[in-house]
Amino acid sequence: MIRLEKVYKRYADGFQALTDINLDLEAGKIHVFIGPSGCGKSTTMKLINRLITPSEGKIFIDGEDITGVNPVQLRRKIGYVIQNIGLFPHMTISENVAVVPRLLKWDEDKIQNKVNELLSLVNLPPETYKNRYPGELSGGQQQRVGVIRALAAEPDIILMDEPFSALDPISREQLQDELTNLQENIQKTIIFVTHDMDEAIKIADNIVLMKAGEVVQVGTPEQILRHPANDFVKEFIGKKRLVEHRENPFLNSFDAEGVPSVKDVMIDKPVTASPSRGLASSLNLMEQRRVDSLIIVDKNRKLLGYAPILNVLSEISDETKVLADVMQSFKFAVKPDDPFTVALEFMGQNNAPYVPVVNDANVLVGAVTRGSIVRLMSEVYPVAEEVL
Amino acid sequence: MQTIKDMISYVQENYDLLLLYTGQHLLMVVCGVFLALIAGTLLGIVCARYKKAAPFILALANIIQIIPSLALLAILMVYFGLGFYTVVAGLFLYSLLPIIRNTYVGLDQVDKSLVEAGHGIGMTYLQLLLKVQLPLAMPFIMAGLRIAAVIAVGVATIAPFVGGDGLGREIFSGINSRNDMRIFVGAIPASLLAIIADLILGRMERNMKYSTKPKTSQP
Repeated sequence: MIRLEKVYKRYADGFQALTDINLDLEAGKIHVFIGPSGCGKSTTMKLINRLITPSEGKIFIDGEDITGVNPVQLRRKIGYVIQNIGLFPHMTISENVAVVPRLLKWDEDKIQNKVNELLSLVNLPPETYKNRYPGELSGGQQQRVGVIRALAAEPDIILMDEPFSALDPISREQLQDELTNLQENIQKTIIFVTHDMDEAIKIADNIVLMKAGEVVQVGTPEQILRHPANDFVKEFIGKKRLVEHRENPFLNSFDAEGVPSVKDVMIDKPVTASPSRGLASSLNLMEQRRVDSLIIVDKNRKLLGYAPILNVLSEISDETKVLADVMQSFKFAVKPDDPFTVALEFMGQNNAPYVPVVNDANVLVGAVTRGSIVRLMSEVYPVAEEVL
Repeated sequence: MQTIKDMISYVQENYDLLLLYTGQHLLMVVCGVFLALIAGTLLGIVCARYKKAAPFILALANIIQIIPSLALLAILMVYFGLGFYTVVAGLFLYSLLPIIRNTYVGLDQVDKSLVEAGHGIGMTYLQLLLKVQLPLAMPFIMAGLRIAAVIAVGVATIAPFVGGDGLGREIFSGINSRNDMRIFVGAIPASLLAIIADLILGRMERNMKYSTKPKTSQP
């Protein structure tokens, strides 16, 4: 169990980084520190392994005040995973994982067993990966190694500083799943810093929400979603999620929040094509993605127009034609911050299947489609229990 | 054509003396550069650790580098007297700047996140330096060593001015006796030494870059 008592941190330049932090972090749980950048979440985490020393206040691990402990000895007992992975590029995977056990002067046999065990745990077969170098692995694989390096010396506490934020969305999801599965077996006290609320809700047992160096709310994801402490928390959780989790959407519908904006409603990956794409391959793309028109963008994703399937079909016999020849321009586009009703009105009046969403530089960022509006409606008006 | 034949027969007759000169030349260079490698790496580490000291140390090494080599050797001669030690001291001072600077740059370019990771997992400053920073800075330090060695081979040819030995002796004998052939016989091996030092150290520098090839044997 980790306990922070009346912790303050002021820097020499007068910047007040942390104000009156009091936390009890239960052992064996995943505690997620979350907040906008500069809110002090990383600073708070680094207090625990003494990378940062508090100006005032005390920190206890299992009842022991750590301000008196040798920081190097302390850190060897606490796993640490950083955002930029931080694997040593001149060491093999097995040497990287073995770094802390070697610092602790374990037996070589014990170290090798541990390395093999941990690599298998994250689905990196030891015989294949042991002697490779970090540069030969993908980002997701590297961060798996980063995570097991933190586990190697069997610490009770693991600190993770935005560990998955530099990864692509697919690897990130995978690693989040693996972490929660792993945690079921290892039951460590994990302090996980992130700015991504989806991630926090997915993995946390306990969320610590911070703002400007202060703790705003502490609770399980469910408690925070259902009972946000104030407007900041509501804002941070995001309107969409609050609507999803509202117990009775009919009693307090949107009006408190205002109308959702286009960016809350739009799909962010509409089917696009470049103007130089041939017609046959365009048809193929439409079939694959089950759409009846393609949004055409240039290589900087600037919106050029759209090609409906009828235009493509009528010219398809001419092999020299490309999308640019059958393209039509949009009559209308919306901005991400417009209220979504603007899009709705246009679609209703013109019987348009969708409206493109562009930013100020005319770059395509998404599209409001009929499907996305139906999805929004079902979130706001879920099937009432009487009906079921 | 005649000169080349003369040169070959001269080398055949005096090869033991020429080998001695080459050996002396190498000995001076190796001693001077080796001492500079130790001192320069340490000073480079100091520069990287105490960033405020870096400009002073680098400026001092720069000033030494700016003094013309003959002048530097002459000044040193006042204190060390004629002979081997003066030359070694001169080569040592001359080799410092490239080694300090490259060590400093090499340590400085190590990814900050690796330093953070090293600290965070509980490495002491010395462990971080020896296990992470220096190995990753090695290619830079080797590049500095290579520059230093090539400069030192050149500077060592003026050793005879301050009572030193080496291939410079043959060159100066050539100048004094107006014998072009002897100038060549001294100058060509001196140049070859510099080229060979450059090639060998360049290869070592490339080998120092951490490989990304899988290791075949267990460490």
